[in-house]
Amino acid sequence: MASTVHSTAHGAHGDGGTRRDFLYLATGAMGAIGAGLAAWPLVDSMNPSAEVLAVSSTEVDLAPVAVGMALTVKWRGKPVFVRHRTDKEIKEAEDVNVAELRDPQTDKARTEKPGWIVVVGICTHLGCVPLGQKPTDPRGDYGGWFCPCHGSHYDTSGRIRKGPAPKNLAVPAYTFLSDSKVKIG
Amino acid sequence: MSAPAINNRFLKWFDDRLPVVSFMQHELHEYPTPKNLNYWWNFGSLAGICLVIMIATGVVLAMQYTPHVSLAFLSVERIMRDVNYGWLLRYLHMNGASMFFLVVYIHVFRGLYYGSYKSPREVLWWLGLVILLLMMATAFMGYVLPWGQMSFWAATVITNLFSAFPLVGEPIVTWLWGGFSVDNPTLNRFYALHYLLPFVIVGVVVLHLIALHKHGSNNPLGIPHKGPQDSIPFHPYYTVKDLFGLGVFFIVYMALVFFAPNMLVEPINYVPADPLVTPPHIVPEWYFLPYYAILRSIPDKLLGVIAMFGSLLILFVLPWLDTSKVRSARFRPIYKKLFWVFLADCIILGWVGYNPPEGHFIVIGQIATAYYFLHLLVIMPIVGKVERTRPLPDSISAPVLKGAHKEKA
Repeated sequence: MASTVHSTAHGAHGDGGTRRDFLYLATGAMGAIGAGLAAWPLVDSMNPSAEVLAVSSTEVDLAPVAVGMALTVKWRGKPVFVRHRTDKEIKEAEDVNVAELRDPQTDKARTEKPGWIVVVGICTHLGCVPLGQKPTDPRGDYGGWFCPCHGSHYDTSGRIRKGPAPKNLAVPAYTFLSDSKVKIG
Repeated sequence: MSAPAINNRFLKWFDDRLPVVSFMQHELHEYPTPKNLNYWWNFGSLAGICLVIMIATGVVLAMQYTPHVSLAFLSVERIMRDVNYGWLLRYLHMNGASMFFLVVYIHVFRGLYYGSYKSPREVLWWLGLVILLLMMATAFMGYVLPWGQMSFWAATVITNLFSAFPLVGEPIVTWLWGGFSVDNPTLNRFYALHYLLPFVIVGVVVLHLIALHKHGSNNPLGIPHKGPQDSIPFHPYYTVKDLFGLGVFFIVYMALVFFAPNMLVEPINYVPADPLVTPPHIVPEWYFLPYYAILRSIPDKLLGVIAMFGSLLILFVLPWLDTSKVRSARFRPIYKKLFWVFLADCIILGWVGYNPPEGHFIVIGQIATAYYFLHLLVIMPIVGKVERTRPLPDSISAPVLKGAHKEKA
């Protein structure tokens, strides 16, 4: 019974394709596109929602941060290190031979104002928060930050100098709204 | 009739170790299906698709929802406003529940009309009823999660049903609540169970399908298929027919989601739950209305609860309450009319359940409740014995091949 149906439906095999093959492929393609479109809202719902995006920038008042002090602020759920560098620290950061660095970047390219270094406080190795914000913290061999997880040393410009981390500490997008106010993000 | 052999070498290797490919081929491709199934047989596969949609949308909604009394309502509003496509996912899930029940109720009444519950499909019928009960529990607990006024008072009323039982009633209710009223512990456990039960349903659906494939689908004539001339392979014939039905289903479902997403909910559920104020008019979701009417039509608290649960549990013995040897109502002139009376009775119960228990609604509800049990407990056994059924065709093919005897359904 079924075999009779089959032989009539597949009768015109001469040109390599039948009406049924075409319908089969067209239905399959339509189904695949439909399933893909229907899956998109499910996938996209897991992306950052409107209220998460709405708090994606943070304003920081720098007035209380004296030279040599540091401030950690939370931006997009991550710590951002703001350090008011001393002249010695600025000089150390600027005097480095860029060619020797693992991730070559000049200090100028990493700062808006030489006095202030702003970096995301996440070690580029495996995501720990490096030490060095508090005066009592170890700051590593280069006076910047030291990651306790796997021993990465960062200099006063937040550049990787020693240890397993591949990249410098990331510099977030930020702008100085005034001399004592910075907007991160 | 046999499906093509597995040609791909890897699939062949794999199938030799885990026979999923040949299983699929056997159960979804070559699976011999009566060739005379009408569109009422689409609703089983539609119900399966509803379950998949509910689980898919439910899992992503669960990623955004917070099961805490002070955050639940706000987290649902956040889903509606801030989450990407959150409004769509919630409306799909919310109206998906209604569509799921609609499809399942049609599926059940199809079974009633064509006698699909009769030997040898009693266990198949039982498993279907278990799925229905699990769906009800899941839907009820899901309705509580948005923590609106209706959520809260539905939870209060439904859990209080158990207080009707003497002695054990009060301790049971306290245990269900995890406290002395519907509160945070209740919301938490309802959320946990609302996530769990759909997967239990998936398990019972698998058993339902195993039981189905043991004897194959019933058919509009209600007679067993007697040979290869009576059946066609499931694929492509019924896959295509199911696909067409799915398209029609989606038109209705999407019309609801995009044009009237809140048509089936009570507006007061958009007011946050307040344990100190009961809304003046408490109504359950439409798919619970008939049971609600049965509950309210009996003046005694305990008997009302028993009647309500009984109205569902009684369906488990339906295969034996129906004494007729003939399955399909097409050949049962009296039962065929009574089927429509019974369907109308269920709809009347739903209408009574929707209206406040006042005036003539009380009387109508009591008559309809009495008829519900009368139909199942008295009329069906008697009609099955006394009815003169019309002659059954020799086989599924016979009426078609003879060219005459066209059935009016």
